[in-house]
Parts: sequence; structure tokens; C-alpha cells
Amino acid sequence: MAPPQEPGAVVDIRALHTRFGKAVVHENVSLAVRPGEIFSLVGGSGCGKSTLLRAIIMLLRPVSGSIRVFGQEVIGLSDEKALPLRRRWGVMFERGALFSSLTVAENVGMVLHEHTRISAPLIDEIVAIKIALTGLPADAGAKYPNELSGGMRKRAALARAIALDPELLFLDEPTAGLDPLSASGIDELVKSLRDVLGLTIMMVTHDLDLLWRTADRVAVLDKGNILGIGSMTELSHLDHPLVHEYFYGPRGRAAREQAWKKK
Amino acid sequence: MTAMLIAQLEIETDTATVPASANLRCAGAWTAQGIAPVEQRLTALSFPSASKLVIDVSAISALDTAGAWLLHRTLRALEQRGVKVRISGMRPEFDALLQLIAARAGTTEHAAPVKIGLLASIGQQTWRSLLGFSGMLAFVGESAIALLRSLAQPRRIRWRPILHNLQTAGFEALPITGLLSFLMGVVIAYQGADQLQRFGANIFIADLVGLAMLRELSPLLTAIIVAGRSGSAYTAQIGTMKINEEIDALRTIGVGPQELLVLPKILALIIALPLLTVYADVAGVLGGMIMASSKLGVSFDVFLDRLDDAISLSSFLTGVGKAPVFAAIIALVGCFQGFQASGSADSVGRQTTVSVVQSIFLVIVADALFSIVFNWLNL
Repeated sequence: MAPPQEPGAVVDIRALHTRFGKAVVHENVSLAVRPGEIFSLVGGSGCGKSTLLRAIIMLLRPVSGSIRVFGQEVIGLSDEKALPLRRRWGVMFERGALFSSLTVAENVGMVLHEHTRISAPLIDEIVAIKIALTGLPADAGAKYPNELSGGMRKRAALARAIALDPELLFLDEPTAGLDPLSASGIDELVKSLRDVLGLTIMMVTHDLDLLWRTADRVAVLDKGNILGIGSMTELSHLDHPLVHEYFYGPRGRAAREQAWKKK
Repeated sequence: MTAMLIAQLEIETDTATVPASANLRCAGAWTAQGIAPVEQRLTALSFPSASKLVIDVSAISALDTAGAWLLHRTLRALEQRGVKVRISGMRPEFDALLQLIAARAGTTEHAAPVKIGLLASIGQQTWRSLLGFSGMLAFVGESAIALLRSLAQPRRIRWRPILHNLQTAGFEALPITGLLSFLMGVVIAYQGADQLQRFGANIFIADLVGLAMLRELSPLLTAIIVAGRSGSAYTAQIGTMKINEEIDALRTIGVGPQELLVLPKILALIIALPLLTVYADVAGVLGGMIMASSKLGVSFDVFLDRLDDAISLSSFLTGVGKAPVFAAIIALVGCFQGFQASGSADSVGRQTTVSVVQSIFLVIVADALFSIVFNWLNL
């Protein structure tokens, strides 16, 4: 099942094995994310999608295997050596994880203050443009996260994730809990970020519309293994009951038909 | 390599003192990491209006939103001053980014935060304190009503949380309360020993330690320990639940948060604190007794004989009688401050601090009031 080692892959995972106590999360996961693509992880609840993401961004240490990001092994990397790597990626957490004691603008600006030598007034302006880029109204910057709606909080989290213009963006459930309008706004945003900034995006999502509209390649995870990797069209021909259910269940069908109509 | 990672800027003007045309060459990485060096120079840039400026961007190796914004801002500022700007050598992908920034830039103007004057801020603080006080009163009232309702229907009293609180706030506080009270007894006996010895009144060490511990120090010390241990925990627990909307969830399920969260804590503490106080009495007197025998040569049985004469039942009861009142203060303040938390993790921390400070303050005030009342009653 393991694909051949891909030179130049942004994220390259080989034979990853993860465990929580006795519960095996990943048995043998291998995948590669190519530069400039939108790569998505899908699978049922609790199949280890978010855990895989956490392993890549070094919040969790796998039992064995290798994870290379920008060609560098991240398992066992010291914090000092990880810093340059961490500056090159942005992470948007599922529930936003905005710092509740800071305003949205301070949340976004903090990253710039920490990692660049840009002057404070220019940082404020850059923060304003990031906030505008994610489709938030201008007055949202002065608000605290708890004063925002769920959808706005998500956008604010995205604004913080792209604060440093990272080359690689990790999105954990970018559209979960959003109304369809905001969700399709996120679709557009993800695509334009990739097209304009040349980002590589790796996301975890259940949103079939988002998958059909943005994802270049998708990996289906189940019981700690990868069932298949490919474009949505390729995967929909895959002969596996779970994949079939995923794409041809009532919701999958609607999303697929819409995607075809668009084309 | 480093030269590639920072932004560079070269300005060429024609030879006239007032330049009519100029070339601006941008190079290097115009990214968040790299634009710091050119930022100042770009802001300071000034050209007379109606002059012609050519900006050559062909040598820019990398452009991100931060760099694009800086470029956009510069262009806009120059155009506003009437400088005719022409851009040459723009790569299509950079142009797309610049377009995106320009499209979004119109929506970024935001109002400056409102500054508050000294007088207004004093007023706001006062108003907030008044609101807090009336909120506290309302909370005490609500708790009393919930208590009466529970007493009317004893079936609704939640015994499990009461027992749980008895264990965490009472039983688990035994070691620390005992140790501190013991040490307090030692200290008092030690301080008193010198003075008593001078007058040959060694035996009165039992009066000193017994009265001080039983009437004043044990109840106060126990209350302060419990306020720090359990009052803060109550605030943190309820505050976190409030922020996670668990309190709202309780209300929608039709379970009163007072009934489930507040009453068990108050009842448990009212039971636990007097018991802890008696325990602290014993530990404190034991500490004093050991000190008396080693420093003054007053043996244990002589000490205990004297203690029996010196301490009346009313002395013991005035001490223990204060404990339920202290318990109610600690539990009410702790829970009330928990409900005051809103929004962020920050506010839970703040309310916990307020809760401990306020409950210790109120306990000492209540203790002073008790002293005055007992004095009137000649107890």
C-alpha cells in the first residue's frame, strides 16, 4: 500500500504507527503531500485524522515511522530546531483556539510581533488586511473571541494561521459548524489562498462540498490504515464498502451531482 | 543567501535638484520576514507631485501578503500626492496577489478605540462595584430560596455531591489544617512562655493557649485555609462551567444550577468547617502542650487539669459557633464569583483571585463583628 518515496513532497509520511495506551490509532499510514496541492484527509469520526495532523505538527509523538516536512524529519526534533519549521507552516485548530484574553487583531498580530521585525503600525495594517482577506468585517479586529459568532471565530482563526504567510497550511475541520454561505466562503478562500499565495494545504474535513470543490487529492483513513489516495473522481470509483457509502450515501450523492453541474 | 531573504530598494533620481522623474527598483524577498529594512525608507519616501516614477519590480524574488500590502500602501500614498506611478516587470502571480490585496484594502479602515477619562473610569468602577454588591445580595437571596425549597422537599437534596464535597473540602483538608494549627499552638506557647516565666505564672500557659486557640485562632485559621483550598476551587469549577455553557445547558435541562452546584457546596461546608475547627482546636492545644512541657516544664496532666478549669464550655462553643457562618461566607462568595466569570480563561483566573481575597476579607470582618457581639453578651 505504501506509495514510493516522493522527492520534493512537502509532507511525507512513512509507515506511521501511533498508539494511545493500548488503543492503536494508526497502524501503517504512508502518504505524501505534493507542493501546491490541496490535500484532504477524510474518514469516520475517531479514525485518527486529527491525530495524524497533530503528529505532523509535533503535538504528539508517534510510536514509530517517519514524518518529513519540507524534507526534514520532525519526529524527535528539538524545539529549537523546530522553530524555523514552525514559522513555515500555519495551523487552524478545529475550535479556533484563539487566545481568549486578546482581541482578534492582537491574536493575529501576536505572531507577527513574535517572529518579524516589522514596525507596530505596519503590523496593524497587515493584520487588518489579513482579517479582511478572511472575509471578516473590519470592526471584528477590535473584538474579543467570545464576542464573535462561531463562523467569525473560525475566520479569525484562519487569519491567525496565515499571519506569517506560511508555505504550508493545516486546517482542521475548516467548515464544521458553519452555515452553508460561510462554508462556501471558506471554500473560495482556501482555493484563492492556494492559487494566489501558492500555498500547500493539508486539511481534515467531513464537508463533501468542500472536498469536491477544492481538494486535489484525498486520502481515506479507516481503522488506522489508508484505504485509498486519489482525486475525488478516482476515489468514487474505488470498490470499498466504506468509501462507497461515503460517496454514494445521500449526502455524498448530492454534493457530487452539484460538483458535476459546476463543471 | 541572506541577501535573497530580505527586501531591497534602490532609488535613482535624475540629476535636477527637484526631481521630475525617478526610478525605484525593488528586489529581494518582500515577505513578512524580509520587509522590515525597507519599511522605514518607503514611509519616508517623498516625491513632488506631478513627477513621474517608474517602479521596477522585476527583481522581486518572493512576495507575500505583507509585502504586497506594503507595496500597495506605498503606491496609494504616492498616487494621492499626485505622483504618476508606472509599474514595470510585474510577474502575473504577484499581480494577482496585489489585485487581491487592493480589492480587500477598501474594507480595512477601522475606528480607533475610544479613550476613557479618569472621572468616567472612576464612575464605571463605582457602578461596577455597586452592581457586584447587588448581584451578591441577589445571589444570597436565590440560594436561600433554593435552600428553603430543598428543605420543603427533602427528596430533592442532592446527597452525593454533598458527600463528595464533604470529602474534598473536609476530610482531605485534615492534614494541612492539623499541621498548621499544631504549629500555631507551638508558636503561641513559645511566645507566651517567656512572659509567663518572668512572673512565675507558668501554669497559665494552658489558659493562654486554650483560650487563644479555641475562641479565635482555630476558627479563623481553618476558615482561611478552607477559603484558599475550597473557595477557589468552587470559583474555578463554576467559572469554567459557565464559560463552556454548561450552566446554560443545566438550565435548559430544567435543573437549577443553584440546586445542583451551590446548595451541596454550602451544606457540605457548613457541616465540614465546624468539624475541622474542633480538629484544629485539638491539634493547636496539643502543639501548645508539647511546647509548655519542653520550655516551661509543665507536664501534660498538669496542663490538661488547668485547661479543664480555664476553658468554659461557652469558650469552646463561641469558637465552633462561628465556623458555620464562615463556611456560608466562603461557599457563597466562591460560588457567586464563579457565576460572575464570563468569556475567557482570563476571567476565571481573575474571579478566583477575587473570590479568595473577598472571602478571607469577609471572614475576618465577620470575626470582628462576632467579637463585638460576644463582648456585649459577656460571653
